[in-house]
This record gives sequence, C-alpha cells and structure tokens, in this order.
Amino acid sequence: MQMNIVSALNNALDLAMTENEKMVLLGEDIGTDGGVFRVTDGLLSKYGESRVIDTPLAESSIVGTAIGMAIGGLFPVPELQFAGFMYLSFSQIVNHVARYRARTRSAITLPMIIRTPVSGGVRTLEHHSESPEVEYAHIGGLIVVEPSNPYDAKGLMLAAAHGKDPVIFLEPTKLYRLFKQDIPENAYEVPIGKANVIKQGDDLTIITYGTMVEVVKNVVEKRKLSAEVVDLRTINPIDEKTIIESAKKTGRVMIVHEAPLSFGVGAEISARIAEKAIFELDAPIIRVAAPSLPYPLPGDEKFYVPNELKVSKAIDKLLSE
Amino acid sequence: MIKKIFDATINYMQIMDENGNIDQQLFPKNLSDEQIIEMYKYMSLARAVDAKNLSLQRQGRAVTYAPLLGEEATQVGSAYAMRENDLFVPAFRQHALYMVKGLPLYKLFLVLKGYEDGFDAVDKPSKLNVLPEIVPVATQLPHAAGLAYAKKYSKDGSAVITYVGDGGTSEGDFYEAINFAGVFKLPLIIIIENNGWAISIPRKKQTAAGTLAQKAIAAGIPSIQVDGNDVIGVYKAVSDAVMNSKNGPTVIECITYRMGIHTTADDPTKYRPDADVEAWKPKDPILRLRKYLEAKGLWNQSKEQQMADQNSKLIDAAVDKAEAFVVNPKSMFENIYSYMPDVLKEEEDEAEASGFWQEGSVE
Ligand SMILES: Cc1ncc(C[n+]2csc(CCOP(=O)(O)OP(=O)(O)O)c2C)c(N)n1
Ligand SMILES: [Mg+2]
Repeated sequence: MQMNIVSALNNALDLAMTENEKMVLLGEDIGTDGGVFRVTDGLLSKYGESRVIDTPLAESSIVGTAIGMAIGGLFPVPELQFAGFMYLSFSQIVNHVARYRARTRSAITLPMIIRTPVSGGVRTLEHHSESPEVEYAHIGGLIVVEPSNPYDAKGLMLAAAHGKDPVIFLEPTKLYRLFKQDIPENAYEVPIGKANVIKQGDDLTIITYGTMVEVVKNVVEKRKLSAEVVDLRTINPIDEKTIIESAKKTGRVMIVHEAPLSFGVGAEISARIAEKAIFELDAPIIRVAAPSLPYPLPGDEKFYVPNELKVSKAIDKLLSE
Repeated sequence: MIKKIFDATINYMQIMDENGNIDQQLFPKNLSDEQIIEMYKYMSLARAVDAKNLSLQRQGRAVTYAPLLGEEATQVGSAYAMRENDLFVPAFRQHALYMVKGLPLYKLFLVLKGYEDGFDAVDKPSKLNVLPEIVPVATQLPHAAGLAYAKKYSKDGSAVITYVGDGGTSEGDFYEAINFAGVFKLPLIIIIENNGWAISIPRKKQTAAGTLAQKAIAAGIPSIQVDGNDVIGVYKAVSDAVMNSKNGPTVIECITYRMGIHTTADDPTKYRPDADVEAWKPKDPILRLRKYLEAKGLWNQSKEQQMADQNSKLIDAAVDKAEAFVVNPKSMFENIYSYMPDVLKEEEDEAEASGFWQEGSVE
C-alpha cells in the first residue's frame, strides 16, 4: 500500500485499536477533526467517542488523565497537538510517566504512547517547530522514538502498542506528507531500541534521525560517498552496539540532528564513541546540528535548520582530517 | 439589559459539634455504633503511627515526613465511606488511607524510611485499590480523573476518591482535573483537605475566593463544605457523593487544621502564632468523637488504654520489620522498563562490579 507517514500512522493506530479494545486515543481536536494533521482521521466514527476522546484544551491533564487511564487498565494514546505545547504536560511526563514503575517496584506500570509532531522546516508560528527529543531521553524511564519514513512510522507505532512501556512518539511534521512508500497492509513491528543501517559504507559513518535522514541521504547520494548512514529510529534507549560497530568500521563519525548542538543526542553519541572506540578513530567526531539557541521565527529558519550544504561542508572537514 | 443568568450556593455541613453533640436530622441512618467505633480506632491508630514516625525521623531513622496530626477525621471519615472496589488516589499527607485500606503497617514504614518496596503492594495483586503517595502538589488529580474515566469505561460501577490540600487548589492540575471530570461526568470524589496552611502560606493568601468548594462551580460540578474535624459529617458528605457518583463528580472541602509542622523540615513558629494552634485544640477530631462515644456508653478509659497498648505493639512490630529490611540496589535498575536495555544493564553491572555499593571509604 502506498502511504505517507500520516496514513501509515493512521493505519497503525487503526490496527492497534482493533486488536486491543482497551486502547483509547485522547487529545485536542483528534476526534471530529481527526487531529490537526489528520493522523487520527476517521477513527472516531469507527471506534466511538469513548475511545477517541476530544479532550478539553489542557495539556497537563491530557497526559495526567492518560496516566490514570493506564493505571485503570486502559492503553491510552495521548496526542499533544504540538511539541512546543507539550511542555505544559512536562511535569506529568517527568514526575509520573517516567517514574511510576520505579515508584511501585513495577506493581503499577504505564503502557502508553504519547504522540506529538516535532521539528521545523514548515514555516509556521512560533512554538510549532521544536525538536525536544533529548528532554525526554534524558529522564530515564521513557522510551523515545522518532521515525523518518512511513514504514518505520507504522512499525514503531505497532511495536509501541504491543509493548508495556511508556513511549514518547515523535513525528517529524515536515516528513508527514513529504513522500510515500509501499508498505505492508497488515500489522508488523519495527523493533524498539534498534537503529537502522540504511546504507552501508566504508569511509565515514553518519548517524542521524528524524528530519535529517532525508538531508543526509541526499548529500551522500549526490556526492556518491561510501558512507554508512545510521538512522537511530529509537533515541532512548540508544542502540550503542550499532553505533560503536560502525564507528570502528569507518573510523570517521559525524552526527547530524536538527535539535540544538549543545547537550544533544550528538553529544551523547560522541561520548559513547569516545569511551569505547576512540583509539579506532582516524579523525575527531563532528556534530552537525542547529545552533545552541531556541528555534527562531520562520523568517530565519533556513539559516537555523541544518541543510545539505552544511552537512556537505562538515563531511569535507571530516574526510580531510 | 442586565439579568441574572447564574446563581449558586455553597452549603456548610456539620453533624457532630465540638462537644460530641449530634444533629440527629443529618445523622447517616446506615452508620452503626460498631462502625463509628471502628473509625475512632483508625483515627487513633493514624495518630499513633504519626507520632511514632515523627520520633523515628528525629532519630534519623525515617526520611522527611508530612504529619497528619489533627486531620484524622477528614482522612478516615472519607476513606471509610468508600466501598470495597472504589479506588484511592492520595497526595502526600494521607497516610491514614493506607491503614483503612489495610496496607500492612510495615510497608508504610518502609515507604517512610525511603524504600519504594513499601508501595510494591499498592495495586492489583493485593487488591488494595490505593495508589502510592504523590509529592508534586495536585498532580495526582488528573490521574484520579483518568482512573475514573477507566472505571466508567469498564462499567463496573466503582468510584474514585482523591485528595488535595488547600494550597493544591491553586495549581493548574486542580482546575484541569475537575474540569475534565465535569465534562465526562466521571465517578470521582475530590476531597479538599483544607488544613489552613500550605507550608507558610495561610488559606486566605491562597485565593480571594470565599470558599474552596466554590471552585467546583466553574467546572459545573456540585460541591459542599464540611467540618473536616467531624468524622460523621465527612462520612456523610462522602457517602452522598458516592451515591451520586454514577451521575458525576463531587468536590468536598473539609475544613480542618494542620496542628503540627508542615513536614519535619519545617519550623512553623516562624510564620504561625502558637495561639492559632491553641484555638483549634478544643475542636480536635478524636477528642470530640471520644466525647460522643463516652456519652453513649460505647467507650471508656479502660478500652482506651487497651487500644493504646494494642496500637503500640502493632506499631513496634511493624517498625522492627521495616528496619530489618535490606534493600537491593539492583531494584533501582530493574524497575524502569519492562525489559532491561543493554545500555542500562551495562551501567548496573559496572556499578555492582565497582564495589561502591559496599560500605567503605576512599583510602
Ligand atoms: C508542584 C509542587 N510545588 C511545590 C511543592 C513543595 N510543597 C510541598 S507541600 C507544599 C504545600 C502544600 O500545601 P497544601 O496543598 O495545602 O497541602 P498540605 O501540605 O497542607 O497538606 C509545597 C509548596 C510540591 N511538593 N509540589
Ligand atoms: Mg494545606
């Protein structure tokens, strides 16, 4: 079936809700409107308003009530309309979603999928373009995934739906309808915690995820590089094994993400490579990311989000060392 | 043109006054003498456990603690009015709920000593139906609303009761939770345990609203204010709310008083005159219930002594058992995900191998 990320996610949620009658969706405008990006389109009429819940406009309680629903035996899938507004639920996520299992020594667990659109490049209002993955990955207790294509979007969603852990499911807005893929109609899973080596290569390793996967792929293709490209897919827990293996293989590593440089996923990966493979590197690790400042208004975004040129120049540097 | 389009009233209810006199009209017909004695015993046990834990904390044998002294009627009366299958979502001061719900006392002392293992029995396996204590103020209220949603969804007829302090009613989560409960007409009872203080901030500085109960009006749900030191009044208000829970939520503001410190890290002499506390002493919830029971010939000094002896035996045994507990630091790592990720396993193995979990000092 030809699908973009929106239809792949819609299809995954549909399959998961059919399989599991305890699954409920909740969020702002997800019912009648089908979500502002239409990810939940058609599900209200299929599953009814007790399972597709248009909530009041209140983010903290969207996650907070989802916690109670999970404790009460449901499998909630809260949608936060935009990642920039998800901060209003940050206390619930950090203080409770991430900790409830620990707090009760696993007597109470919170299977749930917290969905939100992330990242920019779509020329929209302030607070609609954030890339908050590290903010959730840093906590511990939260699985953080971010697909970069329709196949992974559906497979990760179903893996999360079949799991027992709280998952922060980040959906790059820019990729929602960017391209289609032919993906299986039936249910399948993409394993959580497993990075995808989307291209084998010998000269350098580029580790990336989300919106930057397309950018990196384009540069590698245009320049016909023998680059190994790793799409993380899961940010936390990080697939260290795949990363270290590739670093050792090529000896030159670059990490590319849209989120700001400092304290980012790139820093985490660099540290792990430094700890486990530094003597097998031929050049210092390079990070390509947005500058260490908040996402600007759209007028400046093309100077902010890393693009093919920025990635390509960094590759020159990495190969010249 | 101007016309009145909305009007509302908040009622205050008291059934048993400070001297133990009863308003017969309001007295719940289904409440037996035995049940009242049982509530008296829970209130007394809660006060004894509270005192014990304070002393343990002062000796360095328990962590920071929020005492419930003076608030026993609000906690026990409300808990006692709930049915077997109803669920409890406390804040951080409602230790008495665990006693009413039958959490083994040593488990409570484990929690008070700082071990999650005390809460490993809170839910399904033991059917206790009471959630762990929640420290971030008011954040438990949306959980309670979501739980009530799940209960309504399951159509099992049960209700959820949750607790928040007077200070907690200023939090966004309070408004969000009662609003959500109102929209979906959830079987939820919200107890505002108004003890007059939020650490050093008196009730009057928390809001210009004349009552906290009236906050429910904006959410479109019924509410009442009750004398929170009157266990019969609290019992009745909650029983009525339980009866009505199939139609939707109720907010109950219980007026009580924090007779002690906020927590063991607090010194109230800095912000609260002793005279204020003195003025509340005659309204003590246990004292007044005892007056009532004695006047009815249901209680006397020898029964009191017998109960006190029993309680201290029970408490000492529980403390001994809790103090014998040895925690396994691996539990920290192994209760984070449903499986053990490689990267976390490596951290656990390293920590164990390094020996820093053993006693010792740097040479
Ligand atoms: C969100 C949050 N803010 C601040 C605190 C610190 N704190 C703990 S208890 C408390 C006062 C709570 O007052 P109230 O809601 O009246 O409950 P009480 O302590 O009187 O039972 C504060 C400020 C906290 N635990 N959580
Ligand atoms: Mg208070």
